[in-house]
Amino acid sequence: MTVELLQAIGLGVLTASGVWLMLRARVFDVILGLTLLSYAVNVFIFLTGRVRIGSAPIIDNRLAPTLANYADPLPQALVLTAIVISFAMTALILVIALRANAETGSDHVDGSPALGDGTAGRER
Amino acid sequence: MSWPHWIVAPVVLPLATGAALLLIERARPTLAARLSMAATAAQLLLAIGLAVQAADGEVRAYLLGNWQAPFGIALALDRLSALMLVLTGVIALAAITYAAAGEAKLRVDRLGPHFHALFQFQLMGLAGAFLTADLFNLFVFFEVLLIASYGLLLHGGGVARLRAAIHYVSFNLVGSALFLIAASALYGITGTLNMADLAQRVAQLPPESAPLARSAGLLLLVVFCVKAALLPLYFWLPTTYRAASAPVAAVFAIMTKVGVYAVARMYTLVFGADGGPAANLATPWLPLLGMGTIALAAVGALAAQSLRGLIGYLVIASAGTLLLALGLGSLETVAAALFYLVNSTLVVAVLYLLADRIGAQRGDRGDALAPGPFGGEKNLLGAAYLVAAVAVCGLPPLAGFLGKALLLAAARGTGYGVWVWTVVLASSLAIMTSLVRAGSRVFWKPFEPAAPAVATATSSMQAFALGWLFAALLTNAVAAGPLARYTGGAAQQLFERRAYIDAVLGTRPVPAALPIREIAGGKPVVDKP
Repeated sequence: MTVELLQAIGLGVLTASGVWLMLRARVFDVILGLTLLSYAVNVFIFLTGRVRIGSAPIIDNRLAPTLANYADPLPQALVLTAIVISFAMTALILVIALRANAETGSDHVDGSPALGDGTAGRER
Repeated sequence: MSWPHWIVAPVVLPLATGAALLLIERARPTLAARLSMAATAAQLLLAIGLAVQAADGEVRAYLLGNWQAPFGIALALDRLSALMLVLTGVIALAAITYAAAGEAKLRVDRLGPHFHALFQFQLMGLAGAFLTADLFNLFVFFEVLLIASYGLLLHGGGVARLRAAIHYVSFNLVGSALFLIAASALYGITGTLNMADLAQRVAQLPPESAPLARSAGLLLLVVFCVKAALLPLYFWLPTTYRAASAPVAAVFAIMTKVGVYAVARMYTLVFGADGGPAANLATPWLPLLGMGTIALAAVGALAAQSLRGLIGYLVIASAGTLLLALGLGSLETVAAALFYLVNSTLVVAVLYLLADRIGAQRGDRGDALAPGPFGGEKNLLGAAYLVAAVAVCGLPPLAGFLGKALLLAAARGTGYGVWVWTVVLASSLAIMTSLVRAGSRVFWKPFEPAAPAVATATSSMQAFALGWLFAALLTNAVAAGPLARYTGGAAQQLFERRAYIDAVLGTRPVPAALPIREIAGGKPVVDKP
């Protein structure tokens, strides 16, 4: 029970920090926020297979083939997919952010701070 | 067409083509463009073949890797999937032709590397999303089409595209994170990701798991509405689509419909009327948000200052109308939504290509909604704009009118009748006003000098791409009867979820070529042939 509680609190703190960072107006902070959020998601996926100690997701002849004797292998496979995708996407958005920074000379999410005063959506 | 592997072909063909294109695009760019166009045409033929096959009303499942569902990933083909595949094929063929047309310096596919490969991967993601019967696989195909779309959006470079891309990419990454949370929460409760199996198990959930299942279901709704651009989640769309090059924006028109498709699938199959503790999850939200979206999109269209900005709001209005009709949740409204979807997607793609042509004829005025000089194709482009405008705001005789009429007739039987009539009709009027105003400013207002310094003529292949889409629009209007029967059948299939579940879970794996006798000592013993 204590372990689950700790995990839940950890996930909540990670997610909340990620969301707070994402709401900031700097691309760098947004990317950090996205990274934290994807960590939280990955741990969450892993935990949907339930916390188990000392059991492998590999069939063993000495044990009956029921889920009670094994760790659930599927979340482990899912989290691997999710990690690969979020890792690649973080790399991609970093490249876009660096490129935008070079082109606009600003790290603001709208390209320049002056556009952040409510006129960002206006067509130019 | 009895070969079972046709169902996976729309995913495999673009994948193989895209991979091959990466190898040859530098050395043989002309060959690469031709190969890409040929593969897109083949994709359309495949889609038509599958639509003919699906027209008999049977749901066909395909077991990837020959694993019995729900243990492996299954694909499923029904009328709705086939319809979406055909629509994708029609628009993709026009877009790829348009991208590979024109003078060598101005060709969209030569603005940067990898255009054709990214385009094929985009098609693969779209086809996979329409075909899959597995929730996590749907996530993976969403990612495939999104990753390709990031590349396509940035294709050609420039500050406007980079700015739009930062918003678009980060917004969709948050969407993906929410998708993962929702999918894994559903797995944690039900122990399955197969949509058919989910449908059965969610309906039988014990009361203590119901709140978690409902939250996961609503999170999924948020994710799909990020894709489909519903009310609080559409602000990225006009800027993004305006920044993209014209053929890319035309393909993006079908990308918002992936969200609509996913809503139609999940909120009839898993969270529909038979969803037990998670039944009718979307019905309290979608009608109100849909109407709000339509109203704000109409205001946005009135305020737009460029033609492509205006079209962006038409995309949002169409998504709002579709989600409103799906949210009303009766068989008739869903059938009307699927009928309206075809016309509204086609016409938006037409408009993006047309706006690019109009911009090319007006020198540095581009597609701004202000009087300016106009090149020699004024009358032709003006007539084309008139037809497209009639189709998009839902005037007779084109199919947009029939779609809206079907929706209004179907909405009378629901609790929202008066509201739907008011909002849809008033927003249609506002959209028509904005289109008329845009047309008169661009085409009619006199301007000195009459001819621009630079006007790029429409090449024959660009004209073919536009003509192809106009032909599709006209076919849609002429063949409205058969299409309405098909979409009606598709809606009926969505509501008969038993058939879908039985087809997916009931399909048996093909017997192994080598018989496996038993599992002994952890190693399968295989009989020698």
